[in-house]
Amino acid sequence: MTDNSDNILVRAQGVDKVFKRGSEEIHVLGGLDLEIPRGEFLALMGPSGSGKSTLLNLVGGLDRPSEGVVEVGGKRIDKLSERKLAAWRARHVGLVFQFYNLMPVLSALKNVELPLLLTRLSKAERKKRANVALDIVGLAHRAGHYPRQLSGGEQQRTGIARAIVTDPTLLLCDEPTGDLDRKSGDEILDLLQALNQEQGKTIIMVTHDIHAAERATRTLYLNKGRLSTEPVD
Amino acid sequence: MKYLYLIFSSLKRKKLRTGLTILSIVVAFLLFGYLSAIRQAFAAGVEVAGADRLIVRHKVSIIQLLPQSYESRIEQVEGVDNAAHSTWFGGIYQEPRNFFAQMPVVPEELFDMYPEYVLSDEQKKAWLATRSGAIAGRGLAERFGWKLGDRIPINATIWSKKDGGRTWEFDLVGIYDGAEKGTDTSQFFFRYDFFDETRAFGEGLVGWYTVRVSDPDAAAEVAAAIDAEFANSPSETKSEPEGAFIQGFANQIGNIGFIIMSIMSAVFFTILLVAGNTMAYTVRERTGELAVLKAIGFTDRGVLSLVLGESLALTLVGGAIGLGLSWLLVSMGDPTQGSLPVFYIPTRDIFLGLLLIAATAFVAGIIPALQAQKLQIADALRR
Repeated sequence: MTDNSDNILVRAQGVDKVFKRGSEEIHVLGGLDLEIPRGEFLALMGPSGSGKSTLLNLVGGLDRPSEGVVEVGGKRIDKLSERKLAAWRARHVGLVFQFYNLMPVLSALKNVELPLLLTRLSKAERKKRANVALDIVGLAHRAGHYPRQLSGGEQQRTGIARAIVTDPTLLLCDEPTGDLDRKSGDEILDLLQALNQEQGKTIIMVTHDIHAAERATRTLYLNKGRLSTEPVD
Repeated sequence: MKYLYLIFSSLKRKKLRTGLTILSIVVAFLLFGYLSAIRQAFAAGVEVAGADRLIVRHKVSIIQLLPQSYESRIEQVEGVDNAAHSTWFGGIYQEPRNFFAQMPVVPEELFDMYPEYVLSDEQKKAWLATRSGAIAGRGLAERFGWKLGDRIPINATIWSKKDGGRTWEFDLVGIYDGAEKGTDTSQFFFRYDFFDETRAFGEGLVGWYTVRVSDPDAAAEVAAAIDAEFANSPSETKSEPEGAFIQGFANQIGNIGFIIMSIMSAVFFTILLVAGNTMAYTVRERTGELAVLKAIGFTDRGVLSLVLGESLALTLVGGAIGLGLSWLLVSMGDPTQGSLPVFYIPTRDIFLGLLLIAATAFVAGIIPALQAQKLQIADALRR
């Protein structure tokens, strides 16, 4: 995953995204250009329906643009086959969701271990790495607990451990503090900031919360499918 | 293997629903195993029937008798090796529900014709030496707790004796075993000469002939030649392969195979609905989770395999328990306390059961699995 031309990790050029609802076409993103350098902590803000999550999905290879190019680490991902795209996501992307999206029937450790099932690591190595990830987020002592036994903040930290366990290039967070109280939210933001500053993770975070966006190194605003550096009224 | 805990963890999500679904699958496969044993009991005779044996009976009906003199004429037909006659006795031992087949035969002919009936030389000699002697199959002897030397009284419903009595008493001089697993050991044979001399009527008449042909491929031609031999006589014959004869005999009760197949079809159709419904709910409830699996790198095919794996685990657990329980029940004995000639689940049906488990898992799981496969990550995460 190297981009010899410059230090840009994510590059989107002329990206359109159109959703069809019956015969109606909804243009969510139109001709969007974006560049994100390695090691950046980018906050994406904007009103509901502005296309923040859609953009996150396109960068993370969870969806494909209707038009345009999406490159990550110099690799064009919008043209990859489903199988190759899945393998690429497994290797390069960590995802953190607003509602944690943990498997309720698996312990925190097993939840964190999930992405490692797609690797060739041995059972012992998977367990070791999952424990390390839980340790990083401060939850080593809760490894055997199930999501229902964890607080919201702890569940989100488990979600972050799951996102970083494969040591991905890119961390995509969709409103990671949206379901948490201020204190827990701050702890999550501290954690994300530490991952960015200490481990050099490139993070893109979608948020409605100006307080959360302040933790990022750059904030972009999305409105009606267009990006700007200034908030829109 | 590393996905197994994921599969079984998913099934533990709704324990009651999973438990009830497994229970219904257990019942279906328990029925399958048990009914297989019953079907086998009725089909065993057909399956072990000799391909080189014909049955020659009266053209009108099996209850019409044939002259014993036909035997030598049958043996002179080209392609016939030897012939042996039998007659339906139809007596009652103690009470009517104790049904079993009793037939007067010529001992030497019986063992020539049916090498699958295994009797020790010593007991054969005893039978030849005892006019009122009889032999019973191992299954029959065990059913009634008979042992050698017992005197077996049988009340005749057809064949009264010359002295006016209806109770025939036989000395049990032998207990035969089956050379194969499916050999019928529920029968009772006694000597024809004793029977012929003692019966009040029908002297010189027999029920049917079993005929061994030299070349099984020419059995149809030999059967036609035998029937031609007795055409236009007072007792015309109908000759057919032994298997067809036994099948016809079993069909007097009803087409057991068809009845059992109908029951099983209804049961498995219901099970498919139950298991399919469970799998559909399982997938619908976990749309978000399946989308997360895809998001973190599971391929479409990987998710399809997981859902099919859950379906297989569900049916495998239920099916294995059901088949195991049916095997246990069958090994405890047949439901008629021994009236059935054989009672076991054939190996073929155990494999068929395993095949059914896989088929049920596939059919119940394939639609939800395809839905999971087609799931669009972004759409599913928005829900």
